[in-house]
Amino acid sequence: MTMTEFTPLSSTLGGVVIGLASVAMLSFNGRIAGISGIVGGLMTPGARDDRSWRIAFVGGLMIAGLILSVATPDVFGGGSPRSWPWLALAGLTVGLGTRIGSGCTSGHGVCGLSRLSVRSLVATAIFMSTAAATVYWTRHLAG
Amino acid sequence: MKPTSTALLCGVVFGLGLGLAGMTNPAKVLSFLDVTGDWDPSLAFVMAGAIAVYAPAYRLVTRRSAPHLGPRFHLPTRRDIDARLVVGALLFGAGWGLGGFCPGPALVSAAGLGRSALVFTVAMVFGMAVFSWGQHHGDAR
Repeated sequence: MTMTEFTPLSSTLGGVVIGLASVAMLSFNGRIAGISGIVGGLMTPGARDDRSWRIAFVGGLMIAGLILSVATPDVFGGGSPRSWPWLALAGLTVGLGTRIGSGCTSGHGVCGLSRLSVRSLVATAIFMSTAAATVYWTRHLAG
Repeated sequence: MKPTSTALLCGVVFGLGLGLAGMTNPAKVLSFLDVTGDWDPSLAFVMAGAIAVYAPAYRLVTRRSAPHLGPRFHLPTRRDIDARLVVGALLFGAGWGLGGFCPGPALVSAAGLGRSALVFTVAMVFGMAVFSWGQHHGDAR
């Protein structure tokens, strides 16, 4: 069990940066900056001109990952403590769940709550409490 | 500017924001979710910071008839709470609490060549593809 440092300032600033990028996506491209929707849209058959902006956005995220890994690798905290089979199960569940539920932390949690969407409020309440319950189970019950 | 250029830039800024915020560190995510343990509430500040910017800006931006680089805004219109929304959120929450990654940070961390993030992200993209496949075949019926 790792204790982590409380970082209200950098976390707030990071949130502001995420918010600004999301506002720019809306203002320029007219799109909601929901990551699972942007990635998932690449897998649904659709118009060709709907793909390029999605690929560009995901490419941008990955460029950010490269920049961070060179400049400040600490932000990755050494990765997830889970073993590979659990990570694969977690990834599969997140992939399926975010598509079935039409959104993740960004689309429902940031954009949806900002738009006062009841669907997003319900989804965010459910995924936050389920995530907390899962951590409770793995850390305090299953040991 | 083309829509692909702005999307690329937004992706870079969004990803750097995730890193600065602490979202790319699974230990920090798990500490945030561990409300009965050594709780680290930092990530609540991420959501607060992002919403503080997006909520007022959303109202201003969508007053216009169209975005700068497109014919119209693409905004969600559904309002019903259906079983899929609930089941999807349950699954997502379980996976997020298990692995410590949600989709954005997973992609950023995978590009940073974190091994756990790569395993997670490959499985996540596979899960999304399975959904699209099911959706496609369901619609074709």
